[in-house]
Amino acid sequence: MTFALTTERERDLEALLSKYPTKMAVCIPLLHLCQEQHGHIDDAIVDYVAGKLDLPSAHVKGVVTFYTLFNQQPVGKHQVWVCKTLPCALRGAGSVLKQCEKKLGIHAGQTTKDGKVTLRTAECLASCGTAPMIQVDKDYYENLTPDRVDEILTRLTS
Amino acid sequence: MLTRSAYLTKVYNVDKGWTLEAYERAQTELFGAAAAGASGGAGGGYRAARKALGMTQADVVTEAKKANIRGRGGAGFPMGVKWSFMKPHPTKPAYLVINADEGEPGTHKDRTIMELNPHSVIEGCIIGCFGIGAHVAYVYVRDELHLSKARLEGAIAEAKAKGYLGKTPFGRDYAVEVVVHTGAGAYICGEETSLLNSLEGRRGEPRLKPPFPAQAGAFGCPTTVNNLETIAIVPTAFNMGCEEFSKLSLLHKIGDGGTRLFGVNGHVKNPGIHELHVGVTLRELIYDIGGGILGDREMLAVIPGGSSTPLLTPDELIVAPDEKSPMHEWHGKNVLDVPLGVDTMRAAGTMLGTCCATVMAVGTCPVLAMQNLMSFYHHESCGQCTPCREGSAWLDRVVDKILDGHASMEELDSLHDIANNIMGNTICAFGEGTAMPALGFLRKFRKDFEAYVRGERKRADARLALD
Repeated sequence: MTFALTTERERDLEALLSKYPTKMAVCIPLLHLCQEQHGHIDDAIVDYVAGKLDLPSAHVKGVVTFYTLFNQQPVGKHQVWVCKTLPCALRGAGSVLKQCEKKLGIHAGQTTKDGKVTLRTAECLASCGTAPMIQVDKDYYENLTPDRVDEILTRLTS
Repeated sequence: MLTRSAYLTKVYNVDKGWTLEAYERAQTELFGAAAAGASGGAGGGYRAARKALGMTQADVVTEAKKANIRGRGGAGFPMGVKWSFMKPHPTKPAYLVINADEGEPGTHKDRTIMELNPHSVIEGCIIGCFGIGAHVAYVYVRDELHLSKARLEGAIAEAKAKGYLGKTPFGRDYAVEVVVHTGAGAYICGEETSLLNSLEGRRGEPRLKPPFPAQAGAFGCPTTVNNLETIAIVPTAFNMGCEEFSKLSLLHKIGDGGTRLFGVNGHVKNPGIHELHVGVTLRELIYDIGGGILGDREMLAVIPGGSSTPLLTPDELIVAPDEKSPMHEWHGKNVLDVPLGVDTMRAAGTMLGTCCATVMAVGTCPVLAMQNLMSFYHHESCGQCTPCREGSAWLDRVVDKILDGHASMEELDSLHDIANNIMGNTICAFGEGTAMPALGFLRKFRKDFEAYVRGERKRADARLALD
């Protein structure tokens, strides 16, 4: 299978290339563009990025496997990240995670059967002053209470 | 001494405070009508950048040094001195790189600047670029901070439209561009050489120094890496006069100047970010600003500036018996009553770090707290150096075993060896950042660890959150 970006994202790529002195510097932003379109990074995307940026596929693969946010496996439509690091843990991240697991019927690291939600734990998301918090896709939800968590998850799963 | 200020934070609570209009209004209120711009034809604000671009590059650096801005990212290196390391290269361009990969557990300050006052970053970048001789600033923002990236992009667009950025900022022939670059979820990319590798499109593994970034940084060119808060406060210093700005600090005389953002989180009543003059004490930060401890409990310990800074307990004293030591003034004083500064915290046996304190109340299990942090370092070690890759994993697993009641006293003691064997044996400071807090927990809470080994305490009863 081959991969290609949509025309609109191709234009984003052109804009990115103009911002850096080397093509290689676009590697991470381009992988983000690809993941936005495809949901995860497979070998076809690795080869595509390598071809676009004149890099060996092994270099791109090395980058993909280094960074947490590149999904190497398919994930759910929505991604819920529960911050579990100390400042959040001191404010109840443990019970937020338990509540998410119970409500979604899955453990951290798993995706719901209908493919809607992937639940994961995150390391510090820079919201320690408004803990506990979760990230849902691109949005932060802070100063969480059990009711609020329930409301957010209900919206995602219904 | 507790003195509040509102230079960076003035627009924090203003409606749409992140827009150029709100930024310029705030600057006018802070620094007088002249801030609205009598000189130059590019439409008003960004007075500090306009002023800097009217000076010589050498004068900008000399002036910046007077501000005594200690790097806000954790190491506390004087910003102006760092700028002065930049020497023009005959063939290569120079770069300014801004570190906004905020991810140190307990640190939540840079995000507020990007979301609520992005123009301070852009204006700071213009001054910084000019000072070090760069024409491009890359702001490396961690990918999770989508709102921050959008606000920075918005500010760049506004500044470009006004002619503050671009080929001829304020009509002056010195091109400056600011580019927002995104990471992909790696704590290690907050380490400057790792950040540079990541910016270049590589795995974010730290580089050996030397060469230092000022000689060979981004794309092999001379580069200055500044923390985002560091660069964001530069316009304030230039507006006020850098020496005046430095004098706001109680620690001005020991070269730790100005105001900065202080954070407080964990078991306090009012967690959050506050802009204060340098010189506030931990006690003031926790009790006056943070409102005291949840449920009016006693304090167990405080991590002064991000998880890599060794924790302090409320009964510790400053030891500086040498009368010649600049710290002697505070000799014998409680660590909570010493002004928070880069050098004062070093004298207290810890580090100021990012200046965001994480407070733990009595009732928190220190063993579980250490396990939480060790699992963080285990996850985030980049794996390049064996002592760190294996050591962080080992620390995590052994503390886990202690919590489960399956460890022996020998294994508890082995934690010291593991930590000591990481220190000094790695390419970057991540190793120290793992080992030092680990040793802090082990030394200060030895009895708690022993209680688990002896089976007197059970994991099921260990708590981090208060009921």
